[in-house]
Amino acid sequence: MSAIATQQAIDFAYIIAVILFVLALKWLSSPVSARRGVLAGEIAAALAVGATLCNPELVQYKWIIIALIIGAGIGIPLGMVHMTAVPQRTALSHAFGALSATLIGIAEYYVRAPRVSKFGMVEIGLEVIIGSLTLTGSIIAAGKLQELLPQRPITYKGQNFVSLSVLATAIVIWAVLIIHPEYTGLFPAMTVVSLIFGILLVTPIGGADMPTVISLLNSYAGFTAALLGFVLSSKVLVVAGALDGSSGFILSVIMCKAMNRSFTNVMFGAFGQVQTSSAATGEERTVRSASAEEAASILAAANRVAIVPGYGMAVAQAQHKVRELYDILTKKGVDVRFGIHPVAGRMPGHMNVLLAEADVPYDRLVEMDDMNSDLPQTDVALIIGANDVTNPAARTDSGSPIYGMPILDVDKARTVMVIKRSMNPGFAGIDNPLYYLDRTLMLFGDAKSFVGELVRELGGSH
Amino acid sequence: MPSDFIPNLYVFILAGFVGFEVIKRVSPLLHTPLMSLTNALDAIVVVAAIIIAGRHETALSTALGAIAVAASFSNMVGGFLITDRMLRMFKTAKSQKP
Repeated sequence: MSAIATQQAIDFAYIIAVILFVLALKWLSSPVSARRGVLAGEIAAALAVGATLCNPELVQYKWIIIALIIGAGIGIPLGMVHMTAVPQRTALSHAFGALSATLIGIAEYYVRAPRVSKFGMVEIGLEVIIGSLTLTGSIIAAGKLQELLPQRPITYKGQNFVSLSVLATAIVIWAVLIIHPEYTGLFPAMTVVSLIFGILLVTPIGGADMPTVISLLNSYAGFTAALLGFVLSSKVLVVAGALDGSSGFILSVIMCKAMNRSFTNVMFGAFGQVQTSSAATGEERTVRSASAEEAASILAAANRVAIVPGYGMAVAQAQHKVRELYDILTKKGVDVRFGIHPVAGRMPGHMNVLLAEADVPYDRLVEMDDMNSDLPQTDVALIIGANDVTNPAARTDSGSPIYGMPILDVDKARTVMVIKRSMNPGFAGIDNPLYYLDRTLMLFGDAKSFVGELVRELGGSH
Repeated sequence: MPSDFIPNLYVFILAGFVGFEVIKRVSPLLHTPLMSLTNALDAIVVVAAIIIAGRHETALSTALGAIAVAASFSNMVGGFLITDRMLRMFKTAKSQKP
């Protein structure tokens, strides 16, 4: 085959890959067809990689083969992690994606240097800046999710000024490089400053904001790939990057809406800072607590139960016990459903995956708005490891830092049960008036062992 | 401005719209697999990495390209693997074995 014919064949393979990409995402719209989507994606990837390996420009395969083997060696274990580790794995994969795109941008710069066009410098510079900050930002996010780094927001005075100055420095270096692309020594400086900015960007953000951050990083990683597509004039990269970027962007918007916050507020308004407001100094209020035995008898007598899981369920690894509770109550004729808040957990959809892993049927997992229309007719709302997403202060107390955030209206259920270790305020340090309602029963204990006790009580009572 | 910038911009904008329309239909139930699948698709940058590593222009470009191949290929393999593992777990009450 002539070189031109080969190139055309490769381009056709890329076009088929792009069609399959779109189909893969389309099939992901429903759990019924979703696995077909993965298959379409796999075929697309295999086709694109296979076609690329036939490119006549390639003169040496040794390092490609070694790198592919190493990549598979890293990728397979990362694909086999436990479901509770999915958020940090995802953050890490954003880091790998950004690393790859950034390194290609850097390599391309040095191949062209010092004869880089001004326009080429605009593209490469932007690509490397966004790629670098995504790389370090994702590593920090993964560290926080793996709890190698503290999950609490780390803040200091003048932080936003420092962070934005660092970003401004990167942009100034980029501008100088556009005017003088031959100043090759500035290029590593721009990269390093961008890497530092990524660290500064994510370090102050607390664990509760991770769903938004991880979505934003996803979006950045996607747009980095698209920019690389512009640099290399590769349409398959432009399409894949645009799809990934818009996916991350949509998820970020959904997460922000679910917390009633803006992007800027998430990125620059560290959540933990605002906790000093109302209610902290309130008088001693009484709470009612109940034993597992009492709670079990109320659950057994109920017709409809709504379980609201949160990050605490993931931390306690309670999902399998929760599934047993679901089974035993369902067997007794109780209608059990799960109310899933969009930001419950540490990434979009986190609770759904954990509960699906524990074999809870997905038609029992109900979105917030549907759950809320059913909660007034629900006998018991059982909250396991969730706090802010059930806090009625979001509806009623305009002084609360979470005021305006859409919540699951569990306080409208006839009885509310909250499994909680102690009365310590939750992650964001915001007091939850739900715990002091007359209809609320506090079930003190570890989520996993308390649900286990409930299961035992229910099993023994028939 | 290189002559292919405008065609690339067309592709980018249209793909962005297609992505928006397709992805907003994805059920929130599957948002985690959505993120891992788009990650795997994004790992298609491996094709650019292969070219950089295999063209063997300078030692630096080959080295950076090879690292990029490893990083993006790990995303590709791991991303598809974990997405499929997750999706296999989503079952309805009817399809579940007793």
